[in-house]
Amino acid sequence: MSQRIVLAHGAGGAKTEELIKEVFLEAFGNPILEELSDQATVELEKKRVSVTTDSYVVSPLFFPGGDIGKLAVYGTVNDLSVGGATPLYMSASFIIEEGTEVSLLKRIAESMKDALTECDTTIVTADTKVVEKGKADTLFINTTGVGVVDDHIELSATNIEEGDVVILSGTIAEHGAVILARRADIDVSFGSDCAPLCGLTSAMLTAGGVKLMRDVTRGGLATILNEFADASGKGIVIEEARIPIKEEVKGVCEILGVDPLYLACEGKLVAIVSPKAADRVLASMKAHPLGREATVVGTVTESRRGVVLRTTIGVERMVGKLSGENLPRIC
Amino acid sequence: MRYIEEFRDSSQVRRILDAIEALGFTEDVNLMEICGTHTHSISKYGIRGVMPSGVRLLSGPGCPVCVTTEEEIDAIVKFARENRDVVIATFGDMIKVPGSVGSLEGVRAEGADVRVVYSPLDALKIAMKEREKEVVFCAVGFETTAPAVGATVLKAIELGVDNFSILSLHRLTPPAMRALMESSDVRIDGFICPGHVTTITGSVAYRFLAEQYRTPCVVAGFEPLDALLGIYMLLKQIKEGRADIEVEYSRVVTADGNPKAKRILERLFKVVDAGWRGFGLVPMSGLKLKEEFYLYDAEKRFYIRRVEPEDGSPECRCGDVLRGLITPEECTLFNTICTPESPRGPCMVSTEGTCAAYYRYERR
Repeated sequence: MSQRIVLAHGAGGAKTEELIKEVFLEAFGNPILEELSDQATVELEKKRVSVTTDSYVVSPLFFPGGDIGKLAVYGTVNDLSVGGATPLYMSASFIIEEGTEVSLLKRIAESMKDALTECDTTIVTADTKVVEKGKADTLFINTTGVGVVDDHIELSATNIEEGDVVILSGTIAEHGAVILARRADIDVSFGSDCAPLCGLTSAMLTAGGVKLMRDVTRGGLATILNEFADASGKGIVIEEARIPIKEEVKGVCEILGVDPLYLACEGKLVAIVSPKAADRVLASMKAHPLGREATVVGTVTESRRGVVLRTTIGVERMVGKLSGENLPRIC
Repeated sequence: MRYIEEFRDSSQVRRILDAIEALGFTEDVNLMEICGTHTHSISKYGIRGVMPSGVRLLSGPGCPVCVTTEEEIDAIVKFARENRDVVIATFGDMIKVPGSVGSLEGVRAEGADVRVVYSPLDALKIAMKEREKEVVFCAVGFETTAPAVGATVLKAIELGVDNFSILSLHRLTPPAMRALMESSDVRIDGFICPGHVTTITGSVAYRFLAEQYRTPCVVAGFEPLDALLGIYMLLKQIKEGRADIEVEYSRVVTADGNPKAKRILERLFKVVDAGWRGFGLVPMSGLKLKEEFYLYDAEKRFYIRRVEPEDGSPECRCGDVLRGLITPEECTLFNTICTPESPRGPCMVSTEGTCAAYYRYERR
């Protein structure tokens, strides 16, 4: 196969077949995908089905701790997981810029393959398109995920009550900080936190008492908590001193003038948990490698609206949603 | 030394707050900060909330994007709109600022080539990479930014890059402080002087405030402990009836500043009268490239002319906010029709703007 993608790789003919076989089937091959039909037909054992879709346009494609392929798998898996679903199948669609090196696509496909194995998920249908040079930035990926949800799982903002606790699964802002640091040519020793949350959410749901979960992605912790507050009509008070942030991440944020509360993670979640279940849920999280640093960072209150931060110097201030900031293409 | 945590230590904060309390302030005191980063620190860490009742912290003209006049914004927007083959390189804060004829963000969507850069050197790199295009860097900033821009022009000369020029909108801080003292709008009892600007100018730049206006000055850093200690030092001076220039931020600020940066400023720029939003013309407060560098001066290279603003947003009170005359909450547009998503004035746009700080951290 040629070393670079040409427009003919997207024309649907022999070259397209070559690309699909040598790059994508090579990495993702499974009986359903190998049928190469226009759709995948699968059977599900449960009635409650969860579906999510997301597009990945991150720049740079490779960054410390991950790459666009890993993000495309983990991101979709995580969106299903925090909704209480067990991820089963995925679709993947690749929009490739003419001139892209085939070896780069292979590296990304290999990385996706590892991520799929980690999440026990398969790609059952896929698509490739090639666009002219300059019409896309090397590679964009879209993935759609399908999962099933157990009957007893009911995650909703309407269940949130006064006194519920806010649990964060670990340190925040690494993904956003590493992407920004790379773009600003700042060398850092930490990498993106990108990771699949399906194992962690499954352990938490088994522990019971979880009312709502979200993965902390674009907009950061501050934005997600504001969405919780808006959806429940209640206030959330968080303690600045309890929010875990790596020292080096804080340093990068200071240099670049960004607030870590608004920076994305790709392998962290925040959950609202009933106070009675908090210890149990925390213990289940700490037993999982991705939840070792899990901690209670705040509580739900009826007496406030929005998100209130108690700062390290002991005063309270509002924490709004991400606004007026410009951090394009971090995922 | 750990440069972040040490300056956010809550027990140290308590000690300084106790010391401020012990000064026993009962009378009204107005302290003004002249740097947008101070404004944001004060809002972000909730420092206003721990002040004794009479102590008011006012925000001054500390945001370079904010003090840029509407005429200047209009001139850039118009130039970008009419010269789509020219790359306009700018700091991110500038692109959303609304002029009376639109914003750079707006003209970018129409097809103008507006690019966000993090440093003037990035703009020079664009010029070196795209030699067939003209690249104009919007040089906005105080004494802190101007030396880096000057050094970039020298670099362009050294490398023989002839498709790069700057639109110098640089301004100097001390003349605006003098203008504040000369006006009777607001009584200012002490200045929290800008930490970064003073690393360049040296604390000598404020001597006239103590000598001619008997106004105490403290140059402070930006961490919560820095700001609080700076406020304590100012209040102590006021209590003792002194008017001195003191430096809290002594880990980086000296009396004489940065001689190398000052040499670059002297070599490249001439000091001129400049308009400031909210202030009108402030004598000897702006920097323009000297005649000999005319090739790198976008105003000369392209005959960029100031234009009279059309009906912009007359209700916008950014000018009054910049003079410390009102707080953002006293503007009827604040958080009603003026928000960071849909800003009516620059103070809501810039990350250093006072309205943005109040919106983000002090909204009730």
